[in-house]
Formats: sequence, C-alpha cells, structure tokens
Amino acid sequence: MTTVDRRLWLLLPAGLTLTVAFLLPVGWLLSRAFTFPQPGFQNFVLLWERPVYLRVMGNTLWISAIVTPITVLLAFPVAHLMAHGSPRLRRWLVFLVLVPFWTSLLVRSFATAILLQRHGVLNSFLIAFGFTEEPLPLLYNMAGLLAGCVQVLLPFVIFPLYSSMARIDPAYMRAASTLGATPVRAFLRVYLPLTLPGLMTGATLVFISTLGYYIIPALLGGARQQMIAQLIQDQIATFGNWGVAGALSLVLLAATAALLALLQFTVGLKEIAR
Amino acid sequence: MTNVLELSGVQKRYDAVVAVDALDLSLRSGEFLTLLGPSGSGKTTTLMMVAGLQQPDAGTITLNGASVAKLPPYRRDIGMVFQHYALFPHMTVRRNVAFPLEMRGVSKTEALRLVDEALQLVGLPDHGDRLPKQLSGGQQQRVALARAMVYRPALLLMDEPLGALDRKLREQLQLEIKRVHQERGISVLYVTHDQEEALTMSDRIAVFNQGRIEQIGSPEELYDRPATRFVAGFIGDTNFLSGKVLAVSDGRCEIETPAGRLQARATQGLLVGASASVAVRPERVVPAASAALRGTITDVIFLGTSRKYVVRLKDGTECVVLRPANEAALGARGSEVELGWAPAHATAFRDG
Ligand SMILES: Nc1ncnc2c1ncn2[C@@H]1O[C@H](COP(=O)(O)OP(=O)(O)OP(=O)(O)O)[C@@H](O)[C@H]1O
Ligand SMILES: [Mg+2]
Repeated sequence: MTTVDRRLWLLLPAGLTLTVAFLLPVGWLLSRAFTFPQPGFQNFVLLWERPVYLRVMGNTLWISAIVTPITVLLAFPVAHLMAHGSPRLRRWLVFLVLVPFWTSLLVRSFATAILLQRHGVLNSFLIAFGFTEEPLPLLYNMAGLLAGCVQVLLPFVIFPLYSSMARIDPAYMRAASTLGATPVRAFLRVYLPLTLPGLMTGATLVFISTLGYYIIPALLGGARQQMIAQLIQDQIATFGNWGVAGALSLVLLAATAALLALLQFTVGLKEIAR
Repeated sequence: MTNVLELSGVQKRYDAVVAVDALDLSLRSGEFLTLLGPSGSGKTTTLMMVAGLQQPDAGTITLNGASVAKLPPYRRDIGMVFQHYALFPHMTVRRNVAFPLEMRGVSKTEALRLVDEALQLVGLPDHGDRLPKQLSGGQQQRVALARAMVYRPALLLMDEPLGALDRKLREQLQLEIKRVHQERGISVLYVTHDQEEALTMSDRIAVFNQGRIEQIGSPEELYDRPATRFVAGFIGDTNFLSGKVLAVSDGRCEIETPAGRLQARATQGLLVGASASVAVRPERVVPAASAALRGTITDVIFLGTSRKYVVRLKDGTECVVLRPANEAALGARGSEVELGWAPAHATAFRDG
C-alpha cells in the first residue's frame, strides 16, 4: 500500500507539465464559452442560430464520415497481407507504413499539394497517358482534402486491423470452407467479424482525428471544406471571440468523448467473443 | 459394399519433401478407417487432400464414385473435425453448429431441430447459448463433432481430434465418437498417432510410414499378422530376435538365432541364408517343454491383471513375457525358464 502511494510521486513531473501546459489553458478556453463576453449560454445560442457555425460543424462530421470508410477500405488489404503474408513481406510492409511517421505532417501535406496541383505530377501523368485533356481540379477542394487525410491516417487503421487479423487462426477459414462456406461467405461470416475490434478501433481513431484536423483542410481543402478547427482559429485570431471559440471547442470535445464511449462499448462487447 | 472414398496413386510433395507417395486407399460405406503413423508420415496431408484443402500433385480422389479434382472444399459434402476444434469464437455453440446448415440454405425451423438433435447426440443439449471459450476442451471437441456431422456429410474426417485432451477424457470421447459413428452409420476417416486409440476405434487401420501405407487391415490382422517389421514395432509391444533364414516353405520359415532355432510365419522377401528378425508378442510367449529358447528371469513386474517377466536368453538378448496373473507364475527372479510359441504367433521379416 505505502509503496504504491510513494511511487505515485513518479507521476508528478508529467502531471505538473500536463496541468500547466494543457489542462489549465484548455479548461480556461472552454470556460470562456460560458463567461465571454458575459456569463451565460449566449455562445451556444449563437452556434445554433448562425447558419455558418452549423454548416461548418456539419461539414466536419461529413468529411470525417467520408474519410473513415475510405481509409478503412484502403487499409484492409494492406493489413491482411501484413497478417497473413510471408514474414519478409510483413517486414517490408511495416517499414513502408511507418516511414511517413518519420516525416512532419506539414511536409507531407505540402508534398501532397505538389503532387495534386494543376500542373503537378498526377495531372501531368493523366494528361500524358490521355486520361484527360485538361488538368483535373484536385487541390483546394474535397478531393485534395480527402487525399491528404487518408494518406496521413492509413497507419492508424492498418496497425489495429493487423493486430486483430494476426490473431485469427487460419484453421477458422479452413473449417468454414469444409462446412460449406464459399470464400465470400466465409469472409463475411467468419473473417470480417473477427477483425471488428481492430476495425472499430482504427475507424474511431480516424474519425476523431479528422474531426480536429487543422493543417490538412487549411492547406489542401477549399473554402467550402472549412472545418471546425479552422473556425476556432478564425474566431480567436481574426475576431478575438474567445467565447464562440470555447463553445466550438466544447462541441468538438463532446463529440470526441461520445465516440470514444461508443468504441469502448462496441469493442468491449466484441472482446467477449474473443 | 460401395466405396465412399477412393484414392489411387495420390502423391503430394512440398519442395523436396515427398509428404505422400503413391497412395492407394479406399473407404467402405459406413466404415471407420484410421490412418495411423508417426509424426510427419503424411496423415494430415492425406486428410487435407481428401477435404480439398490441399491439391495432390498426382493421382485421383473419388468421392461417392465421382472425381473431386475440380471440387473446392465447400462443394465436397465432407465434415471435418480439426485438432484444435476451430470453433468460431464469435458465435455461440448453437450458431456454430447451425453454420453448415445455414450455408446449405436449410430452413430456420429445420436447422433448429437438427442442431438440437446434434447437440443431444454429443451430450450437450443445454450448452447451445454458450460461447466456445466458455466450454472445456472436451466440450469444445463435442461441439466440433456436432458441427461436422449435423448436415450428414457422406464422409467425416477427423485429424487427431483428441490429441489435446488428457487421457481419461480421451478414452471417454473415443467411446462417444464410436457410438455416434454407429448410431449415424457415417463413414469416418480418422487420424491419430496413438496406436491404442487406433486399435480401440477402428474397423480398419492404415499404417503410414514416410508417406506410404505399410499395411492396411483390421486391428486383429495388424496386431497378429503384421506385414512389415515397421508395423510389428509400431503397434503393440514386440520382442525382436534376429538370426539367419534356414528354410522357407508354405508361408512358414525357420530362423537360426544365437538363442536357438525358431519357427515363424514368413513374410515377403525372406531368402535362405539372408538375415532376418522374428517378432513375437509378449503374451504369445508361453512356457514350453520342447523349448526352443532357454533363459533366466531377470525381472518380474506385477501389473494387476498380468505379470511381466523379463527373460535374458542365453545369447544375452532380452525377451519380455506377459502372462495372466491368475496363471501359475513362470518363476521367480533368477530362475531358469524354457519358452516357446505356436509358429503362427510369430512373424519373420527380412532385415534391411
Ligand atoms: N505446408 C507444408 N509445407 C512444407 N512441408 C510440409 C507442409 N505440410 C506438411 N509438410 C511436410 O510433409 C510431411 C508430412 O506432413 P503431415 O503433416 O502430413 O504429417 P502427419 O502424419 O500429419 O504428422 P503429425 O502426426 O506430426 O501431425 C512432413 O515431412 C512435413 O514436414
Ligand atoms: Mg498431422
């Protein structure tokens, strides 16, 4: 008992840093929602009444809702190969998926912009091979934003999916086959359900991360893809409106917490089936 | 009698390893046939090819009279029980057992009835709503059995289904599988490397060695009339005495050993003057007056229903003798004995 108590002191440095650098300022910002410019709920009323706020919040949810399935679909085959391919292939895939982690988000986003711009690599390629006459608009719109989000978020789905898949005994699929299941039905009824814990974890991570993205929509998206983090930045930097910024932040935080709770609930249930 | 399954000239190689070679095998309708052999002898590979999970490199496999070369596993009307059960962990027992019925489009009500019947048959009528991990190993194995036969496949394949269980449970389940086999009249191809299990359960046993069948026959045949030295050594306990062939005629032979002149059944390839071994079961060795063998008892071990004597023959080889405990003792340790056997109870094999 006493040893446990004493060891808790080890948490003190990190705890203090977090409190001073994170909890206090964030708490202060959030509290502005109820105190700025005067005490009350007027900031939340404003969020509800001004169409621009609702539109940006809707936008944000919509973009997260598109990014998530695309990322999961692209991650699935990669994770599958990683889990069931040869050890050599697995090492290569892990390496390739990790490389982007060693590069800054800003650099990666600019790189994506160079790739997608009007006379960028992708458009030159498409024109050279006759897929299109005119360069396609790939940047500063939904396409650019999606490309940016998906490439950054892929590893966050690949790794949890991989860890679920690696635990699936290949004998399950053999058993399903001898029991009369075609490969498609064996996949849908046996394999896919067993990947759900990893899939749900990855999907939630992607959804939550996208909700709060700032750099990617700012660099790759257009005016119509404005997201909640950009709005918060605008409110503070341009208008000095700490109250609305606090209220928006609170909404973002609440959405994230709700999603995490949902994940806890669903994966918690799936874990029983393990 | 028709054959459910026929393999002819089947071969399977993995790179340099020939896992199964020139295999001929047929399974009669309703028969319980066991593939018995040491680790790596090709039993699992054979089963996988029958199930369609592996493709043979050569030869044909016929199921119910039709070649299955082009049939994927899910079209083969086969049930398979795996060593580690392979129950689907996210489905309840009932959903697991219903799975093959669902894949075959059996109606809900009919499926429910069949599932209940199958769970009843394996003695788990009240466990339908549990998840596999909430069951003991033995119970999981029963569920796997129920799942593999609920749709009444033409053939049931079992790959060391009891290998992961302790001895007592194994013996209990052996009897249950045997009972289910008889009640359902299902044809079974069973794999084990436990010779006692094979003897207990099988109508016929195919003894595998290095990808080939050494001998196939009823348990009695294999035990009493082994065709090769490998079979004699692999099934049951055996005394081997080596010597030279003196004469061969009419399926009988005479072997001169340092311990004495012995008579035995002859097997293929015995040549007069060549070296050979005589195999005889410990319980077939009897005290005999006109004795061929003479020796000294060096050990007596009481086994309850029988006594085991270790006899050192005059050339120094040891011969184990097993006599019923209710019979007069052969002698005490240190006493001289004279031993013999009916020639039909010993078998001579060519050496090398
Ligand atoms: N997938 C594979 N790749 C390469 N070699 C294999 C493969 N499967 C089996 N083998 C080889 O084929 C031979 C036969 O293996 P098999 O699994 O059929 O033996 P078994 O009789 O079932 O043995 P056990 O009693 O240990 O299960 C062995 O030499 C084994 O190493
Ligand atoms: Mg095996």
